[in-house]
Amino acid sequence: MRKVAIYGKGGIGKSTTTQNTVAGLAEMGKKVMVVGCDPKADSTRLLLGGLAQRTVLDTLREEGEDVELEDVRKSGFGGTMCTESGGPEPGVGCAGRGIITSINLLEQLGAYANSEDLDYVFYDVLGDVVCGGFAMPIREGKAQEIYIVVSGEMMAMYAANNICKGIVKFAEAGGVRLGGLICNSRKVDNEMEMIQALADRLGTQMIHFVPRDNMVQRAEINRKTVIEYDSDHSQADEYRTLAKKIDANQLKVIPTPLPIEELESLLIEYGIAA
Amino acid sequence: MAKATSKLATESIKLENHDPEKIKARLLAKYPPKVARKRAKQIVVNKVDRDGKVPVISSNVRTVPGLIGQRGCCYAGCKGVVLGPTRDIINITHGPIGCGYYSWLTRRNQTDPDKAANGQASDGHNFMTYCFSTDMQDEEIIFGGEKKLKQAIQEAYDNFKPKAIAVFSTCPVGLIGDDVHAVCREMKAKLGINVFGFSCEGYKGVSQSAGHHIANNGIFTHVVGLDDTITAGKYRINLLGEYNIGGDAFEIERLFERCGITLVSSYSGNSSIDAFANSHTADLNLIMCHRSINYVAEMMETKYGVPWIKVNFIGAAATAKSLRKIAQYFDEEELTAQVEAVIADELPAVTAACEEIRPRTVGKRAMLFVGGSRAHHYQELFGELGIKTLSAGYEFGHRDDYEGRRVLPDIKVDADSRNIEELEIQPDPERFHPRIDEAKRKTLEAEGLGFSDYEGMMPEMPDGSMVIDDLSQYETDELIRIFKPDLFCAGIKEKYAVQKHGIPLKQLHSYDYGGPYAGFKGAINFYKEIDRMVNSRVWEYMQAPWEASPELSATYAWE
Repeated sequence: MRKVAIYGKGGIGKSTTTQNTVAGLAEMGKKVMVVGCDPKADSTRLLLGGLAQRTVLDTLREEGEDVELEDVRKSGFGGTMCTESGGPEPGVGCAGRGIITSINLLEQLGAYANSEDLDYVFYDVLGDVVCGGFAMPIREGKAQEIYIVVSGEMMAMYAANNICKGIVKFAEAGGVRLGGLICNSRKVDNEMEMIQALADRLGTQMIHFVPRDNMVQRAEINRKTVIEYDSDHSQADEYRTLAKKIDANQLKVIPTPLPIEELESLLIEYGIAA
Repeated sequence: MAKATSKLATESIKLENHDPEKIKARLLAKYPPKVARKRAKQIVVNKVDRDGKVPVISSNVRTVPGLIGQRGCCYAGCKGVVLGPTRDIINITHGPIGCGYYSWLTRRNQTDPDKAANGQASDGHNFMTYCFSTDMQDEEIIFGGEKKLKQAIQEAYDNFKPKAIAVFSTCPVGLIGDDVHAVCREMKAKLGINVFGFSCEGYKGVSQSAGHHIANNGIFTHVVGLDDTITAGKYRINLLGEYNIGGDAFEIERLFERCGITLVSSYSGNSSIDAFANSHTADLNLIMCHRSINYVAEMMETKYGVPWIKVNFIGAAATAKSLRKIAQYFDEEELTAQVEAVIADELPAVTAACEEIRPRTVGKRAMLFVGGSRAHHYQELFGELGIKTLSAGYEFGHRDDYEGRRVLPDIKVDADSRNIEELEIQPDPERFHPRIDEAKRKTLEAEGLGFSDYEGMMPEMPDGSMVIDDLSQYETDELIRIFKPDLFCAGIKEKYAVQKHGIPLKQLHSYDYGGPYAGFKGAINFYKEIDRMVNSRVWEYMQAPWEASPELSATYAWE
């Protein structure tokens, strides 16, 4: 079983990319589980066809100690297993602690047990790694490989670089590695070259360049992945390609994060100067 | 500025022919250079110059991680020390259960629920024997604890119908950002009783001292000034920084009553919330523990015009002196005569007890490392018994508690202290009235009554004695090895480690099982207790027989 975590700046398209890629893997016949690590609990919406999920933390709160795996796990598109951590509403409590509790509970319930026969677990984590809780998926060897969703926008690259710092911190203790950058295009000038250069500097690869297409938006409104909504569309093939590349990926590294000045000069070189 | 007048300061102390600077070097020798540099500023050989100035001592600074210190946390200072002794406020600890449970009745504060302060009828409320906590679980940490806190307040109200409920924040509450103040405001409006909260998370500040300040701010903001009734009684005073450990406040109250002095409110031994609310109507504030409560005194003077003086009811001579200060302030024949009559009546029994015990205690040597005032005050009692204080220091005192308030302008306010809110207080437009005019104040000051002043511990200690701030366990062990004192005074955390050296330890936080030690009767209690401790032969038997005579031999049965 490969344990994969998807990180990236808030709003960059992590959940969309994750679910579309997972749909691609499911089509390939892989058995995949998705663990949403976002209090908004919208990481499995496209696979389940809506927000039909009771979150792990809500269930724990309502049922007390008596929680079964079936209470918190639902079957989605292509036989994917979907769970949502959930968490407090914005501005109260501690969402980070919620993720820790939730992942521990899933483990205790045997969600990752060999008997489940999973090929992949995907952790979809919100925004930056703001505190220890959000680093939970990459601590203690929970996820072994990370993909960072990024675009050619400065703040997205800045966030990617920060996440790499987090990976370095846990790489030695937990064995987590960076599998690559997924460029989710925002149609910024020289985007592909710039992200490729960033990947080089970080010691990793741009595993795939996902072009911008309105089809993604259309499928999302219909609560579906592109692969399910319009299987023959070219964008569906992009996600299939990404899924294949991840499945075949052998390049897993401890990244080398950039000093902030270097990151800025990279932008000048490829962005403004180009 | 009044001069250091204590008799103690006139003679210098000989540390058993040890050079104190060499002892200091020995204490520091084991530390890494950076730690040694820091501790060197907190270990000072006392020297009082002619106008009462003493060397600078670094204090109220962070304890070096790894050193076993004596300090408590901010929550302990706020909930445990300052507000714990008030019987009729329901104190709810908002947090996991440990903080509430382990701060439950451990200070041995006593209270008398049948006797309301200020002659008011008593409602008999006493919640000190209860332990209230929201018992936060994983769920509240994740989803926030405000809902459970509201439920707890409601439940406490439904069961006990108290006049007031206070909420104390523990560390996780600060981390997850529960707004306890908003909850308190909401519940106050809903229940119609006073409900107020404290952001006294344990991690704030460098010691419990931060919690004292936060407690002072809260009680001043939410309670003081709510009741303007001028109640009956002459010579109306408040006693601040007296926490009724082992019944100390009862003894002091007894003396006030005999003298005809009216105690409006105590902060906070044997106190009630109504008395706090009314305390700004008093005509004088007396401060016992300067460190923990001077903020309330300062704010009350600024807002309402109540002056404050430092007193000390620990020790017979100090008690007499403090009663005379009160009489001096009110300056009325009747009170002065009554105070003198009470002193004349009470003192002979104390003197007799002292004279009987003193031959057995004179020349003994003590060390005191406790609190923010007790390490100073108890030197009085030891002095009366002829016991020398070789070394003393505070756990959480600031420079002004050591060197006197004269150094206040020079104290560097560091980031840790800035983190603790400082209230901006203005004179109350209607209720501010100075209790004495400027001329009278000047006259009294000229006569030696120091207003708004505390001279600190060091000016009253002999030259050559060692003053050590935030003592560590390592330093404790070394001091004991060097000096073999006859008595060590500290708290429960130090007690058994010290006793393993064969040295008796008197707890001056909780008094072990004894008290009261304040006032005249308290002094007699203390003399007896110290006689019992320093003359006990039990410590001679600390050594096991095989340690005393290692030659003891035996043979195996089969040999």
